[in-house]
Amino acid sequence: MIYEPVIGLEVHIQLLTQSKIFCSCSAKFGASPNSQVCPVCLGMPGVLPVLNKKVIEFALRLALATNCQINHRSIIERKNYFYPDLPKGYQISQYELPFCEHGFVDIYVEGLGAKKIGLTRIHLEEDAGKSMHSESYVARDESLVDVNRCGVPLLEIVSDPDFRSPREVSAYLTKLRQLVRYLGICDGNMEEGSLRCDANISLRPVGQQQLGVKTELKNMNSISAVEKALEYEIRRQTAILHDGGKIKQQTLLWNSNKSVVEPMRSKEFAHDYRYFPEPDLLPVIITAARLEQAKSAMPELPQAKRTRFIEQYKLPEYDAQVLTEDLEIADFFEQAAAGVQDKKSASNWVMGEVMRALNEQGCSIKNLRITPQHLADILVMLEQHKINLKIGKAVFEECLQTGENPAEIVAKKGLHQISDSSAIETLIDKILDNNPAELSSYLEGKEKLFGFFIGQIMKETQGKANPKTVNELLKQKLRQRQETTININ
Amino acid sequence: MNISSLDYSSLRSLLIAKEISCQEVTRFYLDKIEQNRQLNAFISVFADKALERAREIDYKLAQGTAGSLAGLVLGIKDLLVMQNARTTCGSKILENFIPPFQATVLNKLQAEDAIFIGKTNLDEFGMGSSNENSYYKPVKNPHDTTRVPGGSSGGSAAAVAGSLCTAALGTDTGGSIRQPASFCGVVGLKPTYGRVSRFGMVAYASSLDQIGPLAKSVADAALLLRFMAGFDELDSTSASVPVADYSVMNGSVKGLRVGIPKEYFISGLEPDVNSAIENTIQLLKDSGAEICEVSLPHTEYAIATYYIIATAEASANLARFDGVRYGYRDEHASNLEEMYINSRTNGFGEEVKRRIMLGTYVLSSGYYDAYYRKAQKVRTLIKKDFEEAFKTVHCILTPTSPTTAFRLNEKVADPLTMYLSDVFTVSLNLAGLPGISLPCGKDKQGLPIGVQLIGKAFDEQMILRFAGFIEKNNPILNNRQVSV
Ligand SMILES: [Zn+2]
Repeated sequence: MIYEPVIGLEVHIQLLTQSKIFCSCSAKFGASPNSQVCPVCLGMPGVLPVLNKKVIEFALRLALATNCQINHRSIIERKNYFYPDLPKGYQISQYELPFCEHGFVDIYVEGLGAKKIGLTRIHLEEDAGKSMHSESYVARDESLVDVNRCGVPLLEIVSDPDFRSPREVSAYLTKLRQLVRYLGICDGNMEEGSLRCDANISLRPVGQQQLGVKTELKNMNSISAVEKALEYEIRRQTAILHDGGKIKQQTLLWNSNKSVVEPMRSKEFAHDYRYFPEPDLLPVIITAARLEQAKSAMPELPQAKRTRFIEQYKLPEYDAQVLTEDLEIADFFEQAAAGVQDKKSASNWVMGEVMRALNEQGCSIKNLRITPQHLADILVMLEQHKINLKIGKAVFEECLQTGENPAEIVAKKGLHQISDSSAIETLIDKILDNNPAELSSYLEGKEKLFGFFIGQIMKETQGKANPKTVNELLKQKLRQRQETTININ
Repeated sequence: MNISSLDYSSLRSLLIAKEISCQEVTRFYLDKIEQNRQLNAFISVFADKALERAREIDYKLAQGTAGSLAGLVLGIKDLLVMQNARTTCGSKILENFIPPFQATVLNKLQAEDAIFIGKTNLDEFGMGSSNENSYYKPVKNPHDTTRVPGGSSGGSAAAVAGSLCTAALGTDTGGSIRQPASFCGVVGLKPTYGRVSRFGMVAYASSLDQIGPLAKSVADAALLLRFMAGFDELDSTSASVPVADYSVMNGSVKGLRVGIPKEYFISGLEPDVNSAIENTIQLLKDSGAEICEVSLPHTEYAIATYYIIATAEASANLARFDGVRYGYRDEHASNLEEMYINSRTNGFGEEVKRRIMLGTYVLSSGYYDAYYRKAQKVRTLIKKDFEEAFKTVHCILTPTSPTTAFRLNEKVADPLTMYLSDVFTVSLNLAGLPGISLPCGKDKQGLPIGVQLIGKAFDEQMILRFAGFIEKNNPILNNRQVSV
């Protein structure tokens, strides 16, 4: 029998707000443990939550970008369970009436084509803290809790069970990550946990409508880990079903070291969450005016940016596609291209040199020492023939290493292009005179030696001579010598 | 000078006239607290701090820079968070909890130079109607120390009645200000839900809780409310509706309509209570008020609705007391789950655990619709009953409690009977309406009887006007104070 997987995803994104969702503590990642806390996020008796308005703004952006129906009134609820990293003993979330519902995301999978993935709902909630079971403490029967993450705003994006392969899941996550970055609401960093994905997966015989028993996969901290875990789970479930076995409904954790899934201890997820409306917070009301305001304030989305790049910069579709893949790269390109005549050349440099540097350094574009302005400076110097292409690349490399201003690099190292014809002519004469054997061979028809002379000139000028000028003048000079030779003869 | 007999309004003129100082007033109350330790009204007393504040305020009075509540010596229910002062909530689980922040109301009252003399005793986390559910021993009624003061703000009511302070703050979730005010013969005001910021009140049932004053006079209650009220950005459920100045309110009730809900005159009503209420109604009638019968048809479901909603919210509100970050922790547990169970089993009292279990049950999957959701629907109906009634009347008058103060231990073994003592007070909390209880007579044993006035949302002004009128014109209210 052939089985088809049915997969649904729950994605949590941490919002890039300055402060937490219900207090004014910083929501920044990576601070020392328990340094970003206050009575509210510590859940002290007597405190009350106050909803951060920015969270609603961000939620509206995502809702609009994913074609969701935004509820005029949504309810904030309490989700009750005990855990040491949950100070109040409940998580403030949404349940019956979420922020928005019934959206979709378009994905494209190589070889499979385009597909719409339905979104069941998106709701607001607060993040919990982190329990740390570091070895030195476990030995003393102790665990540590870091409350910094408590109250960091999250949006939970629940998809319909529309995925039929792990590759569709990857495509969706890639798309979603691109989207949240474009919206400026989440950095999409799965390694740091600012974008987290849990998957529900079941198998059923192809053609059958009824769903099989599902398992839930957790603890995957990259898109490829999600794909691998799903592939593993498909193999595991297939093997069980082939042997006539039954799938046990359970939560499984992906172990990336061993590349296997492992069951979670059942106690940790057997909850009756006893949701009920959070009496400390009023319902979230989105008025028509608020919605209009959000629509008009929507940032440009990838598709629109692609189209604009083609129209505004006259870029080929391929370039527009590559440049808009990542918002930061698109921004880098636009800033670099701003003062440059030849936009296509700016695109080439970003797609070539800049992306190569990103790959080599494995960092984000913001961390490159070369800035869009630096690149623009190089491009302008090229356009104005102040330097040649070869020097341009060298300056780029230097700037990449040092972050120094390209004009200064050029000045300091005396890399200005020599376009002065008389200087070049003098040099050519000198070189032709110093290499009589090569010259006569050339004049006898060994035209390949043209390159030799070019090389000599470039060597002499340390590459600074304008290649076009050199080319023309050398041809001219050689022609003159030819004529002289003929005349003599 | 007998400070005992003075409310703040009278005391203030003496302070301004320099006939008495804040330090003298504070010392007087501190002595009274000391002499009346058997009442057990206070859990903590800040003698030194209060005297130091009194000195500062005496100086301000001399300079003419003192606030509107200068020298008002206040008892604070120990359910309100006070910075750097132990806040127990009447529970063992918070025996040593010292908060690093303070309730908004306390900040506001402090800014007007009220003096905080101590934290008053209460039913644990506000759960109780007799103040017998305190880890710090029951409070006794100053009128008869074999009787309860009512609850849960029993310590505050007893402290005011016994003149251990000028006034006190209480909290009211289902009658916790009004019922003890009635039992102790003082004025107790529960403001409209949202009128006073709840920030810094340890939550029992968040959608019902309100902080309010207990005082010797209606004027004092009105004055305190004025400075407690107002929108607070730290409490999303607080409202920005201005509070009128009580001192300029018109005292007459002539031509105003008073609703008497027929459902409130039930068989369990003590005859003495009934006649005191009848007398009060007669007084209003004689003074030109129009008395109308109104109907609040869903009254009989109020107690059940209240105990479902309040306990559901409490079960979540009290989940934070888990021994992880602060408060009592069982140190002998061998794993996390055991730590939770032991800390909470040993840290909470019986009534609190009963309510947590009840609340957990009504929210459980499979029971939610039958209990919690249904209770929310009934709550809406109760609210509508009042809206309907207020279309025709300016205020509604009822007894505060069906009985006067009962004996200590009389109802402890029977929680259901105990719950019924809230029958006249819980509806207001469900509807979010303001209510005031003030003395309107005494029973044959000399125990105070309270009358409750209920107003429209944010119309405290109207019930204060009625209350002030009754206070001034009721011939049997000649002696409010108790000598203890
Ligand atoms: Zn905080």
